[in-house]
Amino acid sequence: MNSIILRVGTQYLCGLLVLFSLYMLIRGHNEPGGGFIGGLIGSTGFVLFALACGTADARNALKVMPQNIAMAGLGIALLAGIFAAFFGDALFTGQWLFINETADSKGIPISTVLFFDIGVYLVVFGSILSIVFAMEEEI
Amino acid sequence: MNDTATATQPKGNGLVGLIPVGIALLLFGWFLSLAPAVAEGQSLRLVWDWVPSLGIAMSFLLDGLSLTFALLISGIGALVLLYSNTYLAGHPQFARFALFLTSFMLAMLGLVLADNLIGLFVFWELTTITSYLLIGFGHDTAKGRRSALQALFVTGAGALALLAGFILLGFSMGSFELSEILAQADALKAHEMYLPILILILAGTFTKSAQFPFHFWLPNAMAAPTPVSAFLHSATMVKAGVYLMARMHPGMAGTDVWFWTLTIAGAFTAVFASILALRQTDLKQALAYTTLMALGTLTLFLGQTSGYAMTAFATFLVVHSLYKASLFLVVGCIDHSTGTREADVLGGLGRVMPVTAFAAGLAALSMAGFPPFLGFIGKELKYAGILAIGSEPFLFAAALLLANALMFAIAGIVALRPFWQRTGIALPRKPHEAPWTMLAGPVILAILGALFGVYPDLLQTSLVDPTVKSLLGSIEDSKELKLWAGVNMPLIMSIATVALGITLYLAHKRLRPALGRLVDASPQFDKGWDKFLLGLKRFAAWQTRIIQPGILRRYIFATFATVLVAIGGTMIARQAMPTLPDLSDVTFQNIALVVLISAGAILTALTSSRIAAMAALGVVGIGVAMIFIVFSAPDVAITQLLVETLVVVLVAVALLRLPVLDENGRDHRPLDAILAGAIGLSVTLVLLAVLETPLDLRLTEYFEVTSWPEAFGRNIVNVILVDFRALDTFGEIAVVVIAALSAYALLRTTHPRKDP
Repeated sequence: MNSIILRVGTQYLCGLLVLFSLYMLIRGHNEPGGGFIGGLIGSTGFVLFALACGTADARNALKVMPQNIAMAGLGIALLAGIFAAFFGDALFTGQWLFINETADSKGIPISTVLFFDIGVYLVVFGSILSIVFAMEEEI
Repeated sequence: MNDTATATQPKGNGLVGLIPVGIALLLFGWFLSLAPAVAEGQSLRLVWDWVPSLGIAMSFLLDGLSLTFALLISGIGALVLLYSNTYLAGHPQFARFALFLTSFMLAMLGLVLADNLIGLFVFWELTTITSYLLIGFGHDTAKGRRSALQALFVTGAGALALLAGFILLGFSMGSFELSEILAQADALKAHEMYLPILILILAGTFTKSAQFPFHFWLPNAMAAPTPVSAFLHSATMVKAGVYLMARMHPGMAGTDVWFWTLTIAGAFTAVFASILALRQTDLKQALAYTTLMALGTLTLFLGQTSGYAMTAFATFLVVHSLYKASLFLVVGCIDHSTGTREADVLGGLGRVMPVTAFAAGLAALSMAGFPPFLGFIGKELKYAGILAIGSEPFLFAAALLLANALMFAIAGIVALRPFWQRTGIALPRKPHEAPWTMLAGPVILAILGALFGVYPDLLQTSLVDPTVKSLLGSIEDSKELKLWAGVNMPLIMSIATVALGITLYLAHKRLRPALGRLVDASPQFDKGWDKFLLGLKRFAAWQTRIIQPGILRRYIFATFATVLVAIGGTMIARQAMPTLPDLSDVTFQNIALVVLISAGAILTALTSSRIAAMAALGVVGIGVAMIFIVFSAPDVAITQLLVETLVVVLVAVALLRLPVLDENGRDHRPLDAILAGAIGLSVTLVLLAVLETPLDLRLTEYFEVTSWPEAFGRNIVNVILVDFRALDTFGEIAVVVIAALSAYALLRTTHPRKDP
């Protein structure tokens, strides 16, 4: 598709979609969202980018091979699950750390569950993009 | 000393060649150090738990039988590895070869030492696989590949039967430990599953030990390098079947079916193979057929239970391994030195290769059964053992006599003619003596054959008696190994053997054409194998044509038709028709959604434009997402919406490049419509039926209550995904990655890669 309006618009839209996807990822634990949805939204941004500017530009913008992103995500998710073993818990038991915890507030929570969700995000993001890019290029 | 042997090749293989020899020697030394304890009647047992919940352990037992095998395997293994280090010096794939051969040796040791059925089976299959790799070592020839595959298929099929037999045996007797099973021999023989177990186990051992009618793979396996043939196809692997029969002997022998099956199969294989052996002109092929003969003889003796038969088994096992490995290695030396193995071409090598000729002579005299060699004692015991058979001893004795006479003739053809008879035919290469590394094996093995013949006590106390004890439970029935037992029936039969053997040797050239005609007239198992494979391939092609025509529409039709039959059939059979639910609380919003989705579906089905069909499909998806929103499942709705968007993009990318919709006409549409309608109806009915049963809310309530206090999250869907059910999610994302990589690989292979 050779439309300058779409191309220029997409560059901003893609960034916004990725930003929004991160927001969806982080809020996922308490509000609708999460890794799956975040990954889908993020990949939509790059799919749009590939449609407007071609997959070569999309790959350049992404810098990393999407397959590698997916594999890295799987690795992060696995590590987040194995982390529980250091505390003698069963595999994939969530481990939590609350920064600035007070009596009525949990403060800023950091957890292996969040890292697991980031792994899911990266898997969905990378997998979709590797299929879409390959289809765009080959067909 | 070996300038000519390796003049054109780089010398040796460095450490890669020597380490395996060292491993084999160490093992041999270790087994040898245990021999005195075993000779005193002890047996050693080692156990590691492997799958304790299933009663599977890595347990090993060293008794007389397994020690005899272990010594043969590690001892001959060391010599063969040393030999192949020179035989294949400088071969570009020598490291691979050494790895295969060493792995095979270790697997074989595991097999003979294992005391657990499942452990034994694992090692059994390891020998099958390593032997496949070794036979197919010359994988650049079609013959090598075919032979390797044939050996794998035949022994692999037998191994499957064996596994079934082992499992049946393990569950019937309540234990997978061999020593426990064999301790209750009477219960096993009386068990109602005895016959199925016996058939399945014998299917495994007969294929492995190449008993008729599964014999045809062994001569073909000679496509392997000669050291492999010497090791696998004379001394060890093919004896794995014999070993297992011997191992099961205390528990299963003594019944009529055991006696007749083993005796007849063994006797027939022995005679049949030795007749075929006489016909061969390739020295290696001739030896291969005599190996079949030996395996047949060993099987024949395992059919019996008398002390003579067991002593004959134990002695002949050792005799055969010694002379056969030696002769195979000699043939390898001849081949290596002259470039040919044709009996009719070779001649006059005795002067050029004196040491080889010496080893060949000793081994052949043992094979022919001359005194004072161990082969003579073995032969006397064989005759004594065969005469002790309860029924039809003379028929089997005659068969054995014929087989032995043929062996005698073949010993002459292999070990006498190439060295001492002049043919006057030019050899492909100028012969030379083999280097010492290649002579060590045949010479040591041949001398051992002579040494044990002169001092039979050495063998009697160390190996034969303990082996008989393993088989019969005591050494009382073990017969004495001696050169001179007086004038008796076995001695007379021996003299007859020699006379007949000399006649056959002198006449073998004239006999060959007649034998050829006989063989051509009899059923051809090797060609039958090819026909069997061809038939299998045709069947596969036929069923692929029927089931997998490559037309996507038919696949989908078949899938949905199956679903319809499964669901609709079940609902009709169970009379589970739901009643129409109360529709009073349906709102206008709901009806609008239903109309929207239905309109999208109908448009998708009716339009002839791809773009329109895709857009209409998108409408269906968004309508479904809106249903999720109406019933307050925002997470699912968002996911559905996003997936729908991506699917439309993917479909657009793929489908727009396809030819015009329905270029094959629309004849199939009425049928498709009927199927689609029926599927829709049955799914609706199923959903209605599901709604009639009260919803079990226990899990929902549990998650609602514990989501915040235990997992610190308010979005229950996400908490379930990443915390409560994190392992499931991990499995799912692993599947996503695998699917993405597969799709990527598939797409990449259809076209050459374009530059990004």
